[in-house]
Amino acid sequence: MNQIKQLVNGVLKGNRRSIAKTITLIENNPHEAQKAVSKLYPHTGKAHIIGITGPTGSGKSTLIEKLVKELRKKRKRVGIIAVDPSSPFTGGAFLGDRIRMQKLSTDKEVFIRSMATRNSPGGLARATRDAVKVLDASGKDVVIVETVGAGQSEVDIIKVAHTVVVVLAPGLGDDIQAIKAGMMEIGDIFVVNKADRENADEAVIDIETMLNMGSEKEKWRPPVIKTTATKDEGTAMLLNRINQHMKYLKKEVFDIQRRQKAETELIEAIKQKTTDSIIDELRRKGELEKLVQEILAKKTDPYSAADALLKERLKRFRTNG
Amino acid sequence: MSTKRKIRIVVAKPGLDSHDRGAKVIARAFRDAGMEVIYTGLWQTPEQIVETALQEDVDVVALSILSGAHMTLFPKITKLMKQKGLNDILVLGGGVIPDEDIPALKKIGIAEVFGPDTPTNTIIKFIKENTQKTK
Repeated sequence: MNQIKQLVNGVLKGNRRSIAKTITLIENNPHEAQKAVSKLYPHTGKAHIIGITGPTGSGKSTLIEKLVKELRKKRKRVGIIAVDPSSPFTGGAFLGDRIRMQKLSTDKEVFIRSMATRNSPGGLARATRDAVKVLDASGKDVVIVETVGAGQSEVDIIKVAHTVVVVLAPGLGDDIQAIKAGMMEIGDIFVVNKADRENADEAVIDIETMLNMGSEKEKWRPPVIKTTATKDEGTAMLLNRINQHMKYLKKEVFDIQRRQKAETELIEAIKQKTTDSIIDELRRKGELEKLVQEILAKKTDPYSAADALLKERLKRFRTNG
Repeated sequence: MSTKRKIRIVVAKPGLDSHDRGAKVIARAFRDAGMEVIYTGLWQTPEQIVETALQEDVDVVALSILSGAHMTLFPKITKLMKQKGLNDILVLGGGVIPDEDIPALKKIGIAEVFGPDTPTNTIIKFIKENTQKTK
């Protein structure tokens, strides 16, 4: 408990070591970390959380470095969480986003944390959301979350970020086609990075066309902007659009979005805790193994077994309630 | 709910040499051994490396150097680490380092030095044994 208290006090003072240790605790021992996160929770809600997503190779990390440079000109304190995939086979991960952010690494007002997904789906790690809270509570004005960059299943970012920036690049083949499904809906701002390449204008037109097919009820029409992050072109404009989006949120939908986020988070916490505790109990009592054996012997199938199990438990729930 | 510890390791190339193939091979081997490898790229200053180790809360700092500047850069790094209270991090050296320099490097806090022909398994074994001890 003392350790938790120390961590929380450190985080609230903006101590970088405490921030780092708290995020590690969230990753390694979510149960214990919950005590810290609960204490930090009242201090959250001040940071503008920006999600940066898009396919591998579109230049997300480089763009973030330049965006942070712009933010630093305005003296904003910035936290960054860069998520990369873990290998499903070895559990290891290669976290290389810092390569593109080297110039930020000694700025005391910028905190960068690389995070492996540890096999959670959806483009973020299970620990990402709580890590964002830690950075928020530590006094960062802006927290940037970079998703893994696989391309299609990264919709979890909308549950975490206020503003989602989708980064694309010309010449990534049919990627723009491929992202139609998930990504057109999640972007608040679209960026065509590497705009000094051929076909940048075509990419812009492609995106605009797809956006025009969307509903007209929305009051925010996502802007499409061109950047060349390596030459630092267009990043000031990007920040400008990001700030405009925040203004729009505050004026129109901020409270609705906040309520929605709170509800989603609560439901997810309930799901996680109930499934975790049921599975733990089944494992402890050996029931899980028993059913696995029955499935192997073809006496039942996984779905029927789950039905039977849940029926018993839900009945108990009802009689207790 | 068991505690799931993962070994986090930063692989860094201090100084001015421009060859990081060896560092990348090592980084990959660490990843395949189940570690989370933070790779920082070339031309890192001691300040950058130490600040990265702090923010990423790593268990190990692996320094790869070919330029011959290890006797100036490594002490700077271990000194900065001590200043920032990073006493529980294992620091390893690799690359081209003459045998006669190794005792001096160990004195300033480099836990072990691995030459170019060290099998990666030897390094991984060393890391696994020595990070369990401290944590």
